[in-house]
Amino acid sequence: MSGYFGSYAVVVVLFLVGVAIFAGGLFVNRMLRPSRPTPEKLTTYECGVDPVGEGWAQSQIRYYVFTYLYVVFAVDAVFLFPWATVFAAPGYGMTTLVEMFVFLAFIALGILYAWRKRVLGWT
Amino acid sequence: MAEVLDIAVRLVVVVAAFLLLPLIVGQMEHKAMAHMQARLGPMYAGGFHGWAQLLADGVKFVQKEDVIPAAADRWIFAIAPAVALVPYLVVMVVIPVGPGLAAVDLDAGLFFVLAVMGVGVLGAIMAGWASANKYSVLGGIRAAAQLMSYELPLVLAAASVAMAAGTLSLQGIAEQWRWWWLPWQAIGAFVFFVAGLAELRRPPFDMPIAESEIIMGPMTEYAGFRFALFMLAEYAGIVVLSALTTVLFLGGWQGPLLPGPVWTLLKVFALAFVVIWVRVSYPRMREDQLQKFAWTVLVPLALLQLALTGVVRVLTA
Repeated sequence: MSGYFGSYAVVVVLFLVGVAIFAGGLFVNRMLRPSRPTPEKLTTYECGVDPVGEGWAQSQIRYYVFTYLYVVFAVDAVFLFPWATVFAAPGYGMTTLVEMFVFLAFIALGILYAWRKRVLGWT
Repeated sequence: MAEVLDIAVRLVVVVAAFLLLPLIVGQMEHKAMAHMQARLGPMYAGGFHGWAQLLADGVKFVQKEDVIPAAADRWIFAIAPAVALVPYLVVMVVIPVGPGLAAVDLDAGLFFVLAVMGVGVLGAIMAGWASANKYSVLGGIRAAAQLMSYELPLVLAAASVAMAAGTLSLQGIAEQWRWWWLPWQAIGAFVFFVAGLAELRRPPFDMPIAESEIIMGPMTEYAGFRFALFMLAEYAGIVVLSALTTVLFLGGWQGPLLPGPVWTLLKVFALAFVVIWVRVSYPRMREDQLQKFAWTVLVPLALLQLALTGVVRVLTA
């Protein structure tokens, strides 16, 4: 249980414990619950009337542009983390600070552009 | 052998905390919300002020029939509660409650936490789509839109703390913390906490589950035990968010007189109380207000905090 991957082994063990809690709960549930399905009971809920059409209905997706914005900015933000741990180390100082403002300016400019293009509102 | 035993004890504590703390927060919500609304809340179960109400709920839920609609995508529908719940358990592995008191101290702890917490939201999206119900699909899409918008301010605010501490390890961040971080990182703390609330879909950001219009959204078709797991995931989420805010912005275990773990728990429950308080106080935000708030308020604030953190850190170095 030592070394870099050793610490992640603990995480994997805990994940398996989580899966076991879920499976165990469902098993107890299965032992204790009744099971009397009827066609009416298995109908999709739609305010008590018979469902109209199917559930995966076609609808207009709004804010889909946000997905692009998110992907772009999140990829940027990921690069922040390794940089954040060393930017104030001796020998970097002002250089990295200026770089940070360049980085922030890029993100801010991107948001301003999206704002001007009116994709941040109800489209 | 001793090392394996040590880790086993830590994992048992984590699992116990994961199963117990959400119930305490849930009971706290019952009672605090009731008294804020001038009623009593549960009073019967267990005798003393209804303390056993959630245990009684659990006993009821575990005996209820498991109804999966005929139209649903069975497998995805069945495992969605686990996808919503298990990530919060996994996140708890790195949260320190005292110096050296975490199940494991990962170098990239902060990064790990953000990545795994994002997975929890997928549970709601999967549930929404697999239910094959119009309300659920709407709720799932809203949950997805909310994740997209609020993940960015959350990540940026967390990056600000990483810059201040110069490390990604949660242990390291809590150790580096000094009292003057409170005013210095105040904007970041606000952004992180609010964006976290939105990721949990707690009021006033509960548009995806809006019970009065889309009938719990992704959870419309869920009943019995699987529904209970979704509820447990919500409260586990509150515990994890409060604990993370404590560790990142409030100094974790640091405090006078009392031992570290007690301070951590005090801060976590104070923040959990704020979560409940906010739920009682604010009306639900409309979908467009919610999106606008993320992109035009929280993201610029988070960028401002990054600039502030960077300047102060370099000038004082």
